[in-house]
Amino acid sequence: MCLAIPGKIIEISPDNPDMALVDVVSVRRKVDLGLLQEDRPQPGDWVLIHVGFAMSKISEQDAHDQMQTLRILGEAEAAMQEVEGYGLEDGGSGEPN
Amino acid sequence: MKFVDEFREPELVTKAAEEIRRLADPGRHYRLMEVCGGHTHAIYRFGLKDLLPANIELIHGPGCPVCVLPMGRIDDGLSLAEDPNVIFAAFGDMMRVPGARGSPLEHKARGMDVRIVYSPSDALKLARTNPDRHVMFFAIGFETTAPSTALTIMRAKAEGIRNFSVFCNHVTIIPAIRAILDSPDMRLDAFIGPGHVSTVIGCRPYEWIVQDEHKPIVVSGFEPLDMLQSIVMLLRQLRNGEAKVENQYKRVVPWEGNRAALRAMAEVFQLRPYFEWRGLGFISQSALRVRDAYAEWDAEQRFSVPGVRVTDPKAAQCGEVLKGVLKPHQCKLFGRECTPEHPIGALMVSSEGSCAAYYNYEHRKAAMVNILSSTA
Repeated sequence: MCLAIPGKIIEISPDNPDMALVDVVSVRRKVDLGLLQEDRPQPGDWVLIHVGFAMSKISEQDAHDQMQTLRILGEAEAAMQEVEGYGLEDGGSGEPN
Repeated sequence: MKFVDEFREPELVTKAAEEIRRLADPGRHYRLMEVCGGHTHAIYRFGLKDLLPANIELIHGPGCPVCVLPMGRIDDGLSLAEDPNVIFAAFGDMMRVPGARGSPLEHKARGMDVRIVYSPSDALKLARTNPDRHVMFFAIGFETTAPSTALTIMRAKAEGIRNFSVFCNHVTIIPAIRAILDSPDMRLDAFIGPGHVSTVIGCRPYEWIVQDEHKPIVVSGFEPLDMLQSIVMLLRQLRNGEAKVENQYKRVVPWEGNRAALRAMAEVFQLRPYFEWRGLGFISQSALRVRDAYAEWDAEQRFSVPGVRVTDPKAAQCGEVLKGVLKPHQCKLFGRECTPEHPIGALMVSSEGSCAAYYNYEHRKAAMVNILSSTA
Protein backbone atom coordinates (compact mmCIF):
# COMPACT_ATOMS: atom_id res chain seq x y z
CA MET A 1 0.00 0.00 0.00
CA CYS A 2 2.87 2.35 0.68
CA LEU A 3 4.51 1.63 -2.64
CA ALA A 4 5.44 4.64 -4.73
CA ILE A 5 5.45 3.53 -8.35
CA PRO A 6 7.13 5.57 -11.09
CA GLY A 7 5.25 6.05 -14.36
CA LYS A 8 5.39 8.17 -17.52
CA ILE A 9 2.38 10.22 -18.63
CA ILE A 10 1.41 9.09 -22.14
CA GLU A 11 -1.77 11.04 -22.69
CA ILE A 12 -4.18 13.23 -20.77
CA SER A 13 -7.82 12.29 -21.25
CA PRO A 14 -9.41 14.81 -23.68
CA ASP A 15 -12.66 14.90 -21.69
CA ASN A 16 -11.18 14.78 -18.17
CA PRO A 17 -7.97 16.72 -17.41
CA ASP A 18 -7.61 14.80 -14.12
CA MET A 19 -7.32 11.44 -15.87
CA ALA A 20 -4.15 10.32 -17.64
CA LEU A 21 -2.91 7.22 -19.36
CA VAL A 22 0.38 6.30 -17.67
CA ASP A 23 3.02 3.78 -18.68
CA VAL A 24 4.72 1.74 -15.95
CA VAL A 25 7.29 -0.65 -17.44
CA SER A 26 5.09 -1.09 -20.54
CA VAL A 27 1.88 -1.63 -18.56
CA ARG A 28 -0.57 1.17 -19.32
CA ARG A 29 -3.25 2.20 -16.88
CA LYS A 30 -5.37 5.24 -16.07
CA VAL A 31 -4.05 7.28 -13.18
CA ASP A 32 -5.72 10.19 -11.39
CA LEU A 33 -3.92 13.56 -11.60
CA GLY A 34 -6.33 15.34 -9.25
CA LEU A 35 -3.69 15.75 -6.51
CA LEU A 36 -1.25 17.54 -8.84
CA GLN A 37 -3.52 20.46 -9.71
CA GLU A 38 -0.89 22.98 -8.62
CA ASP A 39 1.75 21.61 -10.94
CA ARG A 40 0.00 19.71 -13.71
CA PRO A 41 2.13 17.09 -15.44
CA GLN A 42 2.16 16.96 -19.25
CA PRO A 43 2.59 13.98 -21.58
CA GLY A 44 6.21 12.86 -21.34
CA ASP A 45 6.53 13.86 -17.66
CA TRP A 46 7.30 11.27 -14.98
CA VAL A 47 5.29 10.94 -11.79
CA LEU A 48 5.29 8.85 -8.61
CA ILE A 49 1.98 6.99 -8.26
CA HIS A 50 0.43 5.99 -4.97
CA VAL A 51 -2.85 3.98 -4.78
CA GLY A 52 -3.80 5.08 -8.30
CA PHE A 53 -3.10 8.79 -7.81
CA ALA A 54 -0.05 10.70 -9.07
CA MET A 55 1.50 12.28 -5.96
CA SER A 56 4.59 14.08 -7.27
CA LYS A 57 6.46 14.89 -10.45
CA ILE A 58 9.95 13.41 -10.66
CA SER A 59 12.79 13.31 -13.18
CA GLU A 60 13.26 10.44 -15.60
CA GLN A 61 16.47 9.47 -13.80
CA ASP A 62 14.68 9.40 -10.44
CA ALA A 63 11.94 7.27 -12.01
CA HIS A 64 14.50 4.69 -13.16
CA ASP A 65 16.22 4.77 -9.76
CA GLN A 66 12.87 4.29 -7.99
CA MET A 67 12.06 1.24 -10.14
CA GLN A 68 15.49 -0.17 -9.31
CA THR A 69 14.83 0.45 -5.60
CA LEU A 70 11.54 -1.46 -5.86
CA ARG A 71 13.44 -4.30 -7.55
CA ILE A 72 16.09 -4.60 -4.86
CA LEU A 73 13.41 -4.26 -2.19
CA GLY A 74 11.70 -7.26 -3.77
CA GLU A 75 8.63 -5.12 -4.35
CA ALA A 76 8.71 -4.69 -8.13
CA GLU A 77 6.31 -7.58 -8.61
CA ALA A 78 3.85 -6.21 -6.04
CA ALA A 79 4.11 -2.81 -7.71
CA MET A 80 3.28 -4.26 -11.12
CA GLN A 81 0.42 -6.24 -9.61
CA GLU A 82 -0.90 -3.02 -8.11
CA VAL A 83 -0.62 -1.15 -11.41
CA GLU A 84 -2.29 -3.98 -13.30
CA GLY A 85 -5.08 -3.90 -10.73
CA TYR A 86 -5.88 -0.19 -11.31
CA GLY A 87 -9.22 0.30 -13.00
CA LEU A 88 -10.41 -3.25 -12.28
CA GLU A 89 -10.58 -3.72 -16.08
CA ASP A 90 -8.54 -6.82 -16.76
CA GLY A 91 -9.56 -9.64 -14.50
CA GLY A 92 -9.99 -6.97 -11.87
CA SER A 93 -13.19 -8.14 -10.27
CA GLY A 94 -11.54 -7.39 -6.95
CA GLU A 95 -11.71 -11.07 -6.06
CA PRO A 96 -8.88 -11.84 -3.64
CA ASN A 97 -6.72 -14.80 -4.60
CA MET B 1 23.52 -8.36 3.76
CA LYS B 2 22.99 -7.46 0.14
CA PHE B 3 26.22 -7.00 -1.74
CA VAL B 4 27.01 -3.32 -1.78
CA ASP B 5 27.75 -3.45 -5.52
CA GLU B 6 24.09 -4.28 -6.22
CA PHE B 7 23.17 -0.83 -4.91
CA ARG B 8 23.11 2.28 -7.05
CA GLU B 9 26.46 4.11 -6.86
CA PRO B 10 28.18 1.48 -4.69
CA GLU B 11 31.27 3.64 -4.22
CA LEU B 12 29.11 6.39 -2.68
CA VAL B 13 27.41 3.81 -0.43
CA THR B 14 30.83 2.69 0.78
CA LYS B 15 31.91 6.31 1.31
CA ALA B 16 28.76 7.14 3.28
CA ALA B 17 29.29 4.07 5.49
CA GLU B 18 32.90 5.20 6.11
CA GLU B 19 31.72 8.72 6.94
CA ILE B 20 29.24 7.28 9.47
CA ARG B 21 32.09 5.38 11.18
CA ARG B 22 34.17 8.55 11.25
CA LEU B 23 31.36 10.68 12.72
CA ALA B 24 30.05 8.21 15.30
CA ASP B 25 31.61 8.86 18.69
CA PRO B 26 32.72 5.42 19.94
CA GLY B 27 31.92 6.47 23.51
CA ARG B 28 28.32 7.15 22.69
CA HIS B 29 25.30 4.96 21.90
CA TYR B 30 22.97 6.41 19.25
CA ARG B 31 19.28 5.57 19.09
CA LEU B 32 17.80 6.71 15.77
CA MET B 33 14.13 6.08 14.99
CA GLU B 34 12.99 5.50 11.43
CA VAL B 35 9.38 6.63 11.56
CA CYS B 36 8.21 5.02 8.32
CA GLY B 37 7.47 1.32 7.86
CA GLY B 38 8.85 1.52 4.31
CA HIS B 39 12.22 2.46 5.81
CA THR B 40 11.99 -0.44 8.28
CA HIS B 41 11.45 -2.86 5.42
CA ALA B 42 14.32 -1.33 3.43
CA ILE B 43 16.71 -1.46 6.42
CA TYR B 44 16.22 -5.21 6.82
CA ARG B 45 16.07 -5.97 3.12
CA PHE B 46 19.28 -4.07 2.39
CA GLY B 47 20.99 -5.34 5.53
CA LEU B 48 21.89 -1.76 6.41
CA LYS B 49 22.68 -2.70 10.00
CA ASP B 50 25.70 -4.61 8.70
CA LEU B 51 27.05 -1.33 7.29
CA LEU B 52 26.63 0.57 10.57
CA PRO B 53 28.86 0.54 13.64
CA ALA B 54 27.42 -1.39 16.60
CA ASN B 55 26.76 1.77 18.63
CA ILE B 56 24.18 3.02 16.11
CA GLU B 57 20.86 1.43 16.93
CA LEU B 58 17.89 1.82 14.60
CA ILE B 59 14.54 1.85 16.41
CA HIS B 60 11.51 1.02 14.31
CA GLY B 61 8.75 3.59 14.49
CA PRO B 62 4.95 3.59 14.24
CA GLY B 63 4.70 4.32 10.50
CA CYS B 64 2.98 1.13 9.34
CA PRO B 65 -0.74 1.91 9.05
CA VAL B 66 -1.84 -1.74 9.13
CA CYS B 67 0.22 -2.33 12.28
CA VAL B 68 -1.13 0.54 14.36
CA LEU B 69 -4.80 -0.16 13.63
CA PRO B 70 -6.48 -1.61 16.74
CA MET B 71 -8.16 -4.96 16.18
CA GLY B 72 -11.58 -3.59 17.15
CA ARG B 73 -11.63 -1.31 14.10
CA ILE B 74 -11.29 -4.33 11.79
CA ASP B 75 -14.18 -6.04 13.59
CA ASP B 76 -16.24 -2.82 13.38
CA GLY B 77 -15.65 -2.52 9.65
CA LEU B 78 -16.40 -6.18 9.01
CA SER B 79 -19.57 -6.05 11.12
CA LEU B 80 -20.97 -3.39 8.77
CA ALA B 81 -20.39 -5.78 5.88
CA GLU B 82 -22.40 -8.60 7.49
CA ASP B 83 -25.33 -7.18 5.49
CA PRO B 84 -25.37 -9.25 2.27
CA ASN B 85 -26.09 -6.09 0.30
CA VAL B 86 -22.71 -4.63 1.28
CA ILE B 87 -19.45 -5.12 -0.63
CA PHE B 88 -16.41 -4.74 1.64
CA ALA B 89 -13.54 -3.22 -0.38
CA ALA B 90 -10.01 -2.81 0.98
CA PHE B 91 -6.36 -2.76 -0.07
CA GLY B 92 -4.68 -6.17 -0.33
CA ASP B 93 -2.56 -5.40 2.78
CA MET B 94 -5.70 -5.56 4.93
CA MET B 95 -6.87 -8.98 3.76
CA ARG B 96 -4.89 -11.13 6.20
CA VAL B 97 -5.00 -8.81 9.20
CA PRO B 98 -6.70 -10.68 12.02
CA GLY B 99 -9.78 -9.27 13.70
CA ALA B 100 -11.18 -10.96 16.82
CA ARG B 101 -13.41 -13.10 14.60
CA GLY B 102 -10.97 -13.57 11.76
CA SER B 103 -9.43 -11.58 8.92
CA PRO B 104 -11.33 -10.10 5.95
CA LEU B 105 -10.15 -13.10 3.91
CA GLU B 106 -11.58 -15.52 6.49
CA HIS B 107 -14.87 -13.59 6.41
CA LYS B 108 -14.86 -13.97 2.66
CA ALA B 109 -14.48 -17.74 3.04
CA ARG B 110 -17.58 -17.62 5.25
CA GLY B 111 -19.56 -15.88 2.51
CA MET B 112 -18.92 -12.15 2.95
CA ASP B 113 -18.46 -10.19 -0.29
CA VAL B 114 -14.88 -8.97 0.19
CA ARG B 115 -12.95 -7.36 -2.68
CA ILE B 116 -9.38 -6.20 -3.08
CA VAL B 117 -8.93 -2.78 -4.64
CA TYR B 118 -5.63 -1.07 -5.42
CA SER B 119 -7.07 2.43 -5.37
CA PRO B 120 -9.97 4.12 -3.54
CA SER B 121 -11.21 5.26 -6.95
CA ASP B 122 -11.66 1.59 -7.88
CA ALA B 123 -13.88 1.11 -4.83
CA LEU B 124 -15.98 3.99 -6.20
CA LYS B 125 -15.97 2.28 -9.57
CA LEU B 126 -17.35 -0.88 -7.91
CA ALA B 127 -20.20 1.28 -6.59
CA ARG B 128 -20.87 2.63 -10.10
CA THR B 129 -20.99 -0.86 -11.62
CA ASN B 130 -23.06 -2.34 -8.74
CA PRO B 131 -25.82 0.26 -8.33
CA ASP B 132 -28.02 -2.17 -6.35
CA ARG B 133 -25.32 -2.87 -3.75
CA HIS B 134 -23.57 -0.68 -1.19
CA VAL B 135 -19.77 -0.50 -1.45
CA MET B 136 -17.91 0.26 1.76
CA PHE B 137 -14.25 1.15 1.36
CA PHE B 138 -12.18 0.32 4.44
CA ALA B 139 -9.70 3.22 4.30
CA ILE B 140 -6.35 3.06 6.06
CA GLY B 141 -3.11 4.96 5.79
CA PHE B 142 -1.21 8.06 6.84
CA GLU B 143 -1.17 11.34 4.94
CA THR B 144 0.19 9.54 1.87
CA THR B 145 -3.13 7.81 1.20
CA ALA B 146 -5.63 10.10 2.95
CA PRO B 147 -5.73 12.70 0.09
CA SER B 148 -6.67 9.98 -2.42
CA THR B 149 -9.56 8.87 -0.21
CA ALA B 150 -10.61 12.52 0.23
CA LEU B 151 -10.65 13.17 -3.52
CA THR B 152 -12.60 9.96 -4.09
CA ILE B 153 -15.28 11.07 -1.59
CA MET B 154 -15.44 14.49 -3.30
CA ARG B 155 -15.97 12.74 -6.64
CA ALA B 156 -18.71 10.49 -5.19
CA LYS B 157 -20.52 13.60 -3.97
CA ALA B 158 -20.04 15.47 -7.26
CA GLU B 159 -21.36 12.52 -9.24
CA GLY B 160 -24.19 11.85 -6.77
CA ILE B 161 -23.08 8.25 -6.14
CA ARG B 162 -24.93 7.34 -2.95
CA ASN B 163 -24.25 3.61 -2.69
CA PHE B 164 -20.65 4.26 -1.60
CA SER B 165 -19.17 5.00 1.82
CA VAL B 166 -15.79 5.08 3.52
CA PHE B 167 -14.99 3.50 6.87
CA CYS B 168 -12.23 5.94 7.72
CA ASN B 169 -9.15 4.83 9.65
CA HIS B 170 -6.75 7.45 8.34
CA VAL B 171 -4.18 8.55 10.90
CA THR B 172 -1.68 11.40 11.09
CA ILE B 173 2.00 10.91 11.79
CA ILE B 174 2.88 13.96 13.90
CA PRO B 175 0.78 13.08 17.02
CA ALA B 176 2.25 9.56 16.96
CA ILE B 177 5.79 10.96 17.02
CA ARG B 178 4.76 13.24 19.89
CA ALA B 179 3.28 10.28 21.82
CA ILE B 180 6.50 8.34 21.38
CA LEU B 181 8.59 11.26 22.59
CA ASP B 182 6.27 11.63 25.61
CA SER B 183 6.61 7.95 26.46
CA PRO B 184 8.69 7.66 29.65
CA ASP B 185 10.45 4.43 28.64
CA MET B 186 11.65 5.84 25.33
CA ARG B 187 14.96 7.59 24.78
CA LEU B 188 15.76 8.67 21.25
CA ASP B 189 18.52 10.83 19.79
CA ALA B 190 17.12 11.66 16.37
CA PHE B 191 14.63 10.75 13.65
CA ILE B 192 14.83 9.50 10.09
CA GLY B 193 11.73 11.26 8.73
CA PRO B 194 9.18 9.55 6.49
CA GLY B 195 9.68 10.06 2.75
CA HIS B 196 6.29 9.68 1.14
CA VAL B 197 4.18 11.16 3.94
CA SER B 198 6.38 14.24 3.58
CA THR B 199 5.57 14.60 -0.14
CA VAL B 200 2.11 15.55 1.16
CA ILE B 201 2.76 17.36 4.48
CA GLY B 202 6.16 18.82 3.58
CA CYS B 203 8.89 19.44 6.17
CA ARG B 204 7.42 22.27 8.27
CA PRO B 205 5.23 20.04 10.50
CA TYR B 206 8.43 18.56 11.97
CA GLU B 207 9.76 21.88 13.22
CA TRP B 208 8.40 21.38 16.77
CA ILE B 209 10.60 18.28 17.11
CA VAL B 210 13.70 20.43 16.79
CA GLN B 211 12.30 23.43 18.66
CA ASP B 212 10.57 21.73 21.60
CA GLU B 213 12.51 18.49 21.85
CA HIS B 214 15.86 19.53 20.39
CA LYS B 215 16.08 16.34 18.31
CA PRO B 216 17.37 16.36 14.72
CA ILE B 217 15.18 14.95 11.95
CA VAL B 218 16.15 14.24 8.35
CA VAL B 219 13.43 13.40 5.80
CA SER B 220 14.87 10.49 3.86
CA GLY B 221 14.50 8.56 0.62
CA PHE B 222 14.38 4.78 0.50
CA GLU B 223 17.52 3.73 -1.34
CA PRO B 224 20.45 2.47 0.73
CA LEU B 225 22.44 5.57 -0.25
CA ASP B 226 19.53 7.82 0.82
CA MET B 227 19.28 6.25 4.24
CA LEU B 228 23.04 6.23 4.84
CA GLN B 229 23.27 9.88 3.77
CA SER B 230 20.42 10.70 6.15
CA ILE B 231 22.30 9.00 9.00
CA VAL B 232 25.42 11.03 8.07
CA MET B 233 23.33 14.22 8.24
CA LEU B 234 21.88 13.23 11.63
CA LEU B 235 25.31 12.36 13.07
CA ARG B 236 26.73 15.71 11.86
CA GLN B 237 23.92 17.54 13.64
CA LEU B 238 24.38 15.47 16.81
CA ARG B 239 28.16 16.03 16.78
CA ASN B 240 27.64 19.79 16.45
CA GLY B 241 24.93 19.86 19.11
CA GLU B 242 22.42 21.05 16.52
CA ALA B 243 18.77 20.15 15.95
CA LYS B 244 17.42 21.01 12.51
CA VAL B 245 14.85 19.68 10.06
CA GLU B 246 16.76 18.66 6.95
CA ASN B 247 15.47 17.23 3.69
CA GLN B 248 17.65 14.51 2.14
CA TYR B 249 14.82 13.51 -0.26
CA LYS B 250 14.60 16.88 -2.06
CA ARG B 251 14.19 15.20 -5.44
CA VAL B 252 10.71 14.07 -4.38
CA VAL B 253 9.74 16.03 -1.24
CA PRO B 254 9.02 19.77 -1.59
CA TRP B 255 9.56 21.73 1.65
CA GLU B 256 5.97 22.98 1.54
CA GLY B 257 4.42 19.58 0.66
CA ASN B 258 1.61 19.08 -1.84
CA ARG B 259 -0.92 21.89 -1.41
CA ALA B 260 -3.60 20.33 -3.62
CA ALA B 261 -3.45 17.13 -1.55
CA LEU B 262 -3.61 19.08 1.74
CA ARG B 263 -6.61 21.04 0.41
CA ALA B 264 -8.50 17.84 -0.48
CA MET B 265 -7.82 16.44 3.01
CA ALA B 266 -8.96 19.67 4.69
CA GLU B 267 -12.12 19.75 2.56
CA VAL B 268 -13.26 16.23 3.45
CA PHE B 269 -11.68 15.35 6.81
CA GLN B 270 -11.46 16.82 10.27
CA LEU B 271 -9.41 15.64 13.24
CA ARG B 272 -11.03 13.22 15.64
CA PRO B 273 -10.73 14.30 19.28
CA TYR B 274 -8.84 11.07 19.95
CA PHE B 275 -8.18 7.68 18.33
CA GLU B 276 -6.82 4.41 19.62
CA TRP B 277 -3.49 3.21 18.24
CA ARG B 278 -2.37 -0.32 18.69
CA GLY B 279 0.47 -0.34 21.18
CA LEU B 280 0.36 3.39 21.82
CA GLY B 281 -3.14 3.67 23.29
CA PHE B 282 -5.42 6.67 22.79
CA ILE B 283 -3.73 9.66 21.19
CA SER B 284 -5.57 12.96 20.96
CA GLN B 285 -6.12 14.53 17.54
CA SER B 286 -4.25 11.75 15.80
CA ALA B 287 -6.78 10.53 13.24
CA LEU B 288 -9.20 11.79 10.64
CA ARG B 289 -12.97 11.48 10.36
CA VAL B 290 -15.24 12.52 7.51
CA ARG B 291 -16.75 15.99 7.90
CA ASP B 292 -20.53 16.34 8.34
CA ALA B 293 -20.79 17.94 4.90
CA TYR B 294 -19.86 14.50 3.51
CA ALA B 295 -21.83 12.47 6.11
CA GLU B 296 -23.61 10.49 3.43
CA TRP B 297 -20.28 8.97 2.36
CA ASP B 298 -19.12 8.25 5.92
CA ALA B 299 -19.88 4.65 6.93
CA GLU B 300 -19.68 5.64 10.62
CA GLN B 301 -22.28 8.40 10.30
CA ARG B 302 -24.47 6.42 7.94
CA PHE B 303 -24.55 3.09 9.77
CA SER B 304 -24.48 2.10 13.38
CA VAL B 305 -20.97 1.00 14.32
CA PRO B 306 -20.68 -1.35 17.32
CA GLY B 307 -17.47 0.30 18.60
CA VAL B 308 -15.74 -2.98 19.39
CA ARG B 309 -12.67 -2.87 21.63
CA VAL B 310 -10.45 -5.92 21.63
CA THR B 311 -7.37 -6.30 23.75
CA ASP B 312 -4.42 -7.93 22.03
CA PRO B 313 -3.60 -11.52 23.03
CA LYS B 314 -1.96 -11.27 26.43
CA ALA B 315 1.26 -13.01 25.50
CA ALA B 316 1.76 -10.83 22.42
CA GLN B 317 3.99 -7.82 23.00
CA CYS B 318 3.05 -5.83 19.89
CA GLY B 319 2.83 -2.60 21.88
CA GLU B 320 6.35 -2.81 23.24
CA VAL B 321 7.72 -3.72 19.81
CA LEU B 322 5.76 -0.92 18.18
CA LYS B 323 7.20 1.62 20.59
CA GLY B 324 10.70 0.26 20.00
CA VAL B 325 11.07 -0.85 23.63
CA LEU B 326 11.45 -4.50 22.57
CA LYS B 327 13.09 -5.87 19.43
CA PRO B 328 10.77 -8.16 17.42
CA HIS B 329 12.61 -11.36 18.42
CA GLN B 330 12.30 -10.43 22.11
CA CYS B 331 8.51 -10.94 22.00
CA LYS B 332 7.51 -14.26 23.56
CA LEU B 333 5.45 -15.31 20.53
CA PHE B 334 7.93 -14.27 17.82
CA GLY B 335 8.73 -17.05 15.36
CA ARG B 336 6.78 -19.61 17.42
CA GLU B 337 3.03 -18.92 17.65
CA CYS B 338 3.36 -15.76 15.55
CA THR B 339 4.86 -16.06 12.05
CA PRO B 340 4.10 -14.36 8.70
CA GLU B 341 2.17 -17.50 7.71
CA HIS B 342 0.08 -17.42 10.93
CA PRO B 343 0.26 -13.86 12.24
CA ILE B 344 -1.16 -13.06 15.67
CA GLY B 345 -0.25 -9.38 15.63
CA ALA B 346 -0.43 -6.97 12.71
CA LEU B 347 3.33 -6.27 12.90
CA MET B 348 3.76 -9.78 11.48
CA VAL B 349 1.27 -9.26 8.62
CA SER B 350 2.47 -6.24 6.71
CA SER B 351 5.83 -6.32 4.92
CA GLU B 352 6.35 -2.90 6.55
CA GLY B 353 5.75 -4.30 10.01
CA SER B 354 8.99 -4.67 11.96
CA CYS B 355 8.20 -8.28 13.02
CA ALA B 356 7.60 -9.49 9.44
CA ALA B 357 10.70 -7.63 8.22
CA TYR B 358 12.82 -9.07 11.04
CA TYR B 359 11.40 -12.56 10.49
CA ASN B 360 11.89 -12.54 6.73
CA TYR B 361 15.47 -11.30 6.79
CA GLU B 362 17.21 -11.57 10.16
CA HIS B 363 15.44 -14.60 11.61
CA ARG B 364 15.77 -16.69 8.44
CA LYS B 365 19.39 -15.59 8.05
CA ALA B 366 20.15 -16.66 11.63
CA ALA B 367 18.37 -19.99 11.09
CA MET B 368 20.48 -20.58 7.97
CA VAL B 369 23.69 -19.80 9.85
CA ASN B 370 22.67 -22.31 12.55
CA ILE B 371 21.97 -24.99 9.98
CA LEU B 372 25.27 -24.33 8.21
CA SER B 373 27.28 -24.36 11.43
CA SER B 374 25.59 -27.54 12.68
CA THR B 375 26.32 -29.35 9.41
CA ALA B 376 29.86 -27.98 9.07
